Amino acid sequence: MGQRQFLMLCLLPLAVFTLAFLAIPLGRLILASGESEAGWAIYLKIIQTPRYVSTLVQTVVVSLAVTAAALAISTTGGLFLVRNRFVGRNTLLSILTLPLAFPGVVVGFMIILLGGRQGLVNQLLPGHWVFAYSITGLFLGYLYFSVPRVLLTVMAAAEKIDPALEEAAQTLGAPPHRIVIDVLLPALSPALIAAGAIAFATAMGAFGTAFTLATDIDVLPMVIYTEFTLSANIAMASALSVILGLVTWAMLLIARSFSGGTVAAGG
Amino acid sequence: MLKSITKSIPRIVTLLACAFLLIPIIQSVLAGLTVNYFRGLSSGLTLKWVARVLELYSGSILLSIWIALACLVVTLILGVPAAYALARNPGRASRVLEEFISLPLAIPGLALALALLQLYGTLQGFRTSWTFILVGHVLYTLPFMVRSVLSVLAAIDLKVLEEGAASLGAGPTRRFFDIVVPNALPGILAGALTVVTLSIGEFNLTWMLHTPYLKTLPVGLADSYASMRLEVASAYTLVFFVMIVPLLMAMQWASARAQRIMQ
Repeated sequence: MGQRQFLMLCLLPLAVFTLAFLAIPLGRLILASGESEAGWAIYLKIIQTPRYVSTLVQTVVVSLAVTAAALAISTTGGLFLVRNRFVGRNTLLSILTLPLAFPGVVVGFMIILLGGRQGLVNQLLPGHWVFAYSITGLFLGYLYFSVPRVLLTVMAAAEKIDPALEEAAQTLGAPPHRIVIDVLLPALSPALIAAGAIAFATAMGAFGTAFTLATDIDVLPMVIYTEFTLSANIAMASALSVILGLVTWAMLLIARSFSGGTVAAGG
Repeated sequence: MLKSITKSIPRIVTLLACAFLLIPIIQSVLAGLTVNYFRGLSSGLTLKWVARVLELYSGSILLSIWIALACLVVTLILGVPAAYALARNPGRASRVLEEFISLPLAIPGLALALALLQLYGTLQGFRTSWTFILVGHVLYTLPFMVRSVLSVLAAIDLKVLEEGAASLGAGPTRRFFDIVVPNALPGILAGALTVVTLSIGEFNLTWMLHTPYLKTLPVGLADSYASMRLEVASAYTLVFFVMIVPLLMAMQWASARAQRIMQ
């Protein structure tokens, strides 16, 4: 057996699996979206139906808000942890990366423990402080799993910044906030764009968290789920899935073009 | 005064973020171990909720471990040889293939599950078997295995090593097992730990693919959050933490080690 044939043989199992369980099913999904009475006009129907439009807008707005908040928190925290060495730093770092392995359902439960009817905030504060089952709860849940992902990306990039740049700015008399704006943020910007795109895509597609928190929040994955299971509207569920898939895929493509990292869009 | 406040902002943000992530974890651990969560720790500590979880959900926990191990075997068989082939043929076609098998990282699990259900949902024997869930898990974890092995193989000079072995008379199969696999080992280890960690925690695909008789650990978690008392749900979450946190730490250690070796 020649080298070439051997390499082809090495690729064969993966190629067969990918064809059978990824390529053909995705093709089927796209075709299924055009199989209702509306045909391919179903995509037109989506933008003409107020409920779908408001769902799309709500999903994008929440995802953008989470992305902005996660970037702000993780950049501040990441820079702090990279530039300071102190006792307990590794513990803080472990805490901040712990949620990486939590599925969306567990994150949803964490938010219920904080802000649910029997949650911590409701027990500590007088009055009725229940926010877990609203859009606030969803925002906090998405933030919960976005902060660790963004933080790791920012820290990896911050560690590669040449400290001489900052020292030079300091010697030239730049105040700390100018150093952040003129030196650190430009050096970090590829990592920030990549991390932001990943956070956005993850929030757009997150299903488990919304599923645990409440079923009456209209975000895209929940609507797809109810269209499929409750209304048995297969074509609409497929069409919305295609749109969701295209958006998240495009976002991750942007992320990958700015950094080569592999991050799962779980949650 | 103002200056010292602005200086301490990063510290405060970091500590607040830690508190936000950690407090519910502590709450859930405590709730799973106290007799009555609403009366607080004064009601006493107990393992009865954990015992109740093991009694109710041991089937789900074992199914998750079983699927994670099966997923590991399949991703090793599919992923390691493929990563080798991709490393030996770096080119446009390889890039496209790598990009294509990475689609499950970008496309939400819900959409992938819908796609699988529409194509194979009517295939009764397959639809109702655990292998249907396994397919979803392999789809989702395979890119991690391939990329982890590929990045290690891309960093070493495979061609020179293999030419040396070939000149000594080793055939392609022999070279694969005696040269490629040992050299790729750090990447295989990091990939394997990632696959197992992700498979045990996978929910989005599994929720759509599972049947009432085949519930994995996270599906059971969703079930307990919806229908069990808070102590049981918390104890179940605690069991999940005990399984996943060591795996996560091992995974981070193995990935850092693989990266060090590459440099």
